[in-house]
Amino acid sequence: MPYIPHTPEDIERMLAVIGAPSIDALFDEIPAALKAGPLEGVPAALCEMEVARLMSERAAADGRLLNFIGAGAYEHHIPAPVWAIATRGEFYSAYTPYQAEASQGTLQLIYEFQSMICALTGMEVANASLYDGASALAEACLMAVRANRGADARRILLPRNVNPTYRKVAQAITHHQGLEFETVDFERRSGRMCLEALQARGGEGCAALIVQQPNFFGTVEEVDALTDWAHAQRLLLIAVVNPTSLACLKAPGEWGGDPDKRGADIVCGEGQPLGVPLASGGPYFGFMATRMQHVRQMPGRIVGRTLDAQGRPGFALTLQAREQHIRRSKATSNICTNQGLMVTAATIYMSLLGAAGLAGVAGACAQRTAELVRALSRIDGVREAFESPRFHEAVLSLDRPAGPVLAALAERGIAGGLDLAPSHPELGHAILVCATETKTDADVEAYARALGALLGAA
Amino acid sequence: MAELKLREPLIFELSRPGRRAPSQIPPPHDAAARASAQIPPHLRRSRPPALPEVSELQVVRHFTRLSQMNFSIDSHFYPLGSCTMKYNPKACNSYAMLPEFLARHPLAPEPQGFLACMYELQEMLKEITGMQGVSLTPMAGAQGEFAGVAMIRAYHQGRGDGARTEIIVPQAAHGTNPATAAMCGCSVKEVACDKNGDIDLEALRAAAGPATAGIMLTNPSTLGVFEHRIMEVARIVHDAGGLLYYDGANLNAILGKVRPGDMGFDVIHMNLHKTFSTPHGGGGPGSGAVGVGPRLLPFLPIPLAGRQDGRHRWLGEADLPQSIGRLSGFMGNAGVNLRAYIYMRMLGREGMVRVAQFATLNANYLMSRLIQAGYEAAYPQRRASHEFIVTLRQESRTYQVTAMDVAKRLLDHGFHAPTTYFPLLVPECLLIEPTETETKEELDHFCDAMIAIRREMEQDPEKLRTAPHTMPVRRLDDVRAAKQLDLAFKPAGMNA
Amino acid sequence: MSDAKIPGDLKYSKSHEWIRSLPNGRVEVGITDHAQAALGDLVFVEVPQLDRKLAAGEACAVVESVKAASDVYSPVSGRVVARNEDLAQKPELLNSDPYGAGWMMRIELDPKAGAGALLEPAEYAQFLQESGE
Repeated sequence: MPYIPHTPEDIERMLAVIGAPSIDALFDEIPAALKAGPLEGVPAALCEMEVARLMSERAAADGRLLNFIGAGAYEHHIPAPVWAIATRGEFYSAYTPYQAEASQGTLQLIYEFQSMICALTGMEVANASLYDGASALAEACLMAVRANRGADARRILLPRNVNPTYRKVAQAITHHQGLEFETVDFERRSGRMCLEALQARGGEGCAALIVQQPNFFGTVEEVDALTDWAHAQRLLLIAVVNPTSLACLKAPGEWGGDPDKRGADIVCGEGQPLGVPLASGGPYFGFMATRMQHVRQMPGRIVGRTLDAQGRPGFALTLQAREQHIRRSKATSNICTNQGLMVTAATIYMSLLGAAGLAGVAGACAQRTAELVRALSRIDGVREAFESPRFHEAVLSLDRPAGPVLAALAERGIAGGLDLAPSHPELGHAILVCATETKTDADVEAYARALGALLGAA
Repeated sequence: MAELKLREPLIFELSRPGRRAPSQIPPPHDAAARASAQIPPHLRRSRPPALPEVSELQVVRHFTRLSQMNFSIDSHFYPLGSCTMKYNPKACNSYAMLPEFLARHPLAPEPQGFLACMYELQEMLKEITGMQGVSLTPMAGAQGEFAGVAMIRAYHQGRGDGARTEIIVPQAAHGTNPATAAMCGCSVKEVACDKNGDIDLEALRAAAGPATAGIMLTNPSTLGVFEHRIMEVARIVHDAGGLLYYDGANLNAILGKVRPGDMGFDVIHMNLHKTFSTPHGGGGPGSGAVGVGPRLLPFLPIPLAGRQDGRHRWLGEADLPQSIGRLSGFMGNAGVNLRAYIYMRMLGREGMVRVAQFATLNANYLMSRLIQAGYEAAYPQRRASHEFIVTLRQESRTYQVTAMDVAKRLLDHGFHAPTTYFPLLVPECLLIEPTETETKEELDHFCDAMIAIRREMEQDPEKLRTAPHTMPVRRLDDVRAAKQLDLAFKPAGMNA
Repeated sequence: MSDAKIPGDLKYSKSHEWIRSLPNGRVEVGITDHAQAALGDLVFVEVPQLDRKLAAGEACAVVESVKAASDVYSPVSGRVVARNEDLAQKPELLNSDPYGAGWMMRIELDPKAGAGALLEPAEYAQFLQESGE
């Protein structure tokens, strides 16, 4: 019996203390009609050795592709100490730190995490994480509606160059609360947001403007002008950012040209690049940060530093009553968890890399992507879609549908990028490619050779 | 008794300017500067972020020490009611972290090995719960709850019955229920429980009507007892046109014994991080998979794992056009689901049944021993399910000690406290869930501690009121934490 | 909480606010002793901005303790003419002196609005008893 330690003697003694004749008798309150039959759809138990074999075969079936896809999840080297420490039983099998005195390790770690997110984003306060980047954006939209007292506005301006799945998730989560998402187009030539279009529209009826930096296409936005416009229109500015990029891009807390109205109001994003493996999509974690004036509208757990009964410093979950209150307000959230294990990994990652290391990773990513774009653009039938500064992703236009090309590349062991036709048909045949610090010159060459052969052969 | 490490500075306090972990910085060494040069100056970062500057050994030592300041299942008995703190098998972690699984990008061509695991997990969960369809995408119990209520809403709206916006909940319900209802544009109607801890059927009949979207229940209930008239409850709600939602927090009590689908539930959410032993990780990640009966099949949140002609693929918008949509950026907490799959393969069909049997045996044994030691169970005439409630209302009047005091003193004895003050209906309560993976001796040690604490109540209650005494910190000032907000380290001389 | 203080010269609402009549058609509003005791040590109080127009029954302020956060409802219709600025730094005033230094706001009554359903002290005491609090 896996993991159940009871011997027949144990069972006998325990039943005697309870005063029941058998274990079955403990279920005598359950009507006979409800008792389940044998679970035929569940296979018989495997011992650990058999499971190891099974999982090994399944993993082998997946194999490994040379990965050039980004689009919201990024392949980075994860330093060896990160998961060696995160999977220590004291972190791995601990619960939410409700008994603060017995959880100072987790609590201090979260406080350090919150501090690091503030440092990266240039904001004043961060929470202990949310589920992922997409749901973090949904929460940011609900928060903006709560916090923007000015109007009873529930419309959010959502550019078409924000991750398309984030839009779907935001709609699914906020659907019943009357939030509306209005599309803002991007400039075809640059891939960037169109400030003129925003100026023409004005901020009427809106609570917030979302800006993703770098945007879904990898392009770097003119965030100062966008932030100033939003604030002038009395909109909150929601920044969706890539944490690696913050090593070299301006922190959202500093966005804006007007020193009095500086900075994004709510910052969120996907934390996966900070030490969390790709792992078919999860678990990842979302981060969120804001100004102190909005802290009571921010969802999620928050750890604070305080004193104990003898005046020594210690850490505890705080502002918990606020969570109930958020539930009763005009834009409700029900989140009551955080991605503890992933936060542990991310905090260790950020500590190991520090600012210099993160800048090194960011720089290497930018450089590899630049090399990849150069190498692929030399191929007939491939060209860069946008002429704008970028971080570590780029859109390439092809002379034929991308789907079959990517499938053929996959057969050659290369995950070449994301087909943009389903989400952005206006771009024609296009793919989104990404090369991180993990890609070598040989990797880039292999991709270029394979793609050249495919496009040349047809 | 396990000893905890006492004090550890903040990682920022260990930093020194210029200190690095150089082997973690990839070449070329001027990459950062060159990349920055490509960005227009006004979009560049003006100064580096204030992250720690420490050596690799400092990082390893710091976080290792922090871990030594935690209680965890691996080190301590953790009878947190409603949380199911059973052993998290190492095998689940080891095999879920095979390099091929970790390296797979979610948007790469569909991984046949991983997807086979997801598909089989869906099928096993259907079988165990008696449901027709399962989605693994909700990332936590709260998201699963949201999905469940959103599907109920979608069902009624799809039939032109959009006026159904009331969700019935028992008085003892978990706090997320009203929040979830509000997120779905619904209101909550509370129904009382009777003195035996069962839902009041008369009150339910009065509450159910044309405005009822559904009822949210858990069985066994949050009071730790089995709602044995559940079929009648189902009939009342279905007759009124509503649907039944099952909160699977207490699934550990009935795994393999009773199936929610057979009890009449239309939708259930499961907490894979409770019943299926995925790691609690200091607060997450969880996984709130949802299962549905035939009425709600079209509305499941996407993506689902599908199988066609021997090949596995993701089912999305095109396959489920009436889906309530996507709740996550990719497919939910994939790695958590994979750990649950591995756990279920090791339990197998025989192991499933034994979970409920031994969780229930352990809970009833512990309840009997505590009653014999003089403690008051909230429902002593009922069988415990996998958990039970002890109320300290007498003790609080006689000795002026609270459930919180007892909880804190248990820490000194090397046990994580049970859940306190939930459910709210029972005053000064402890909700105790031992789980099936604990030995009789561990339970006996816990009773010894509770007996010692009882003696202390009579002889030295102040010791309890000022507990804990042996933790890295004494009782923490919550009021100060909320009033004088210190939520991030601020380096000297820098704003934020 | 049968020993909650209920001063005889005030009126009360069912949502545990008290109202003190002031000259010139104004009233002073706060939360009752019962409410502050139920909440516990207050950590945060937010009172409405000056000049804000309120309708009777409208949520206009927030009080937050470690245990719970609550809306405070305006018992009358009118315009906010004064707010207790001390509460931002000292929310504990609501605990120590709920009817005095813990006053929250002063409202100029809207003469067109009818009198709300306010309770006399004895009625409020009865209400507390009946709700078993």
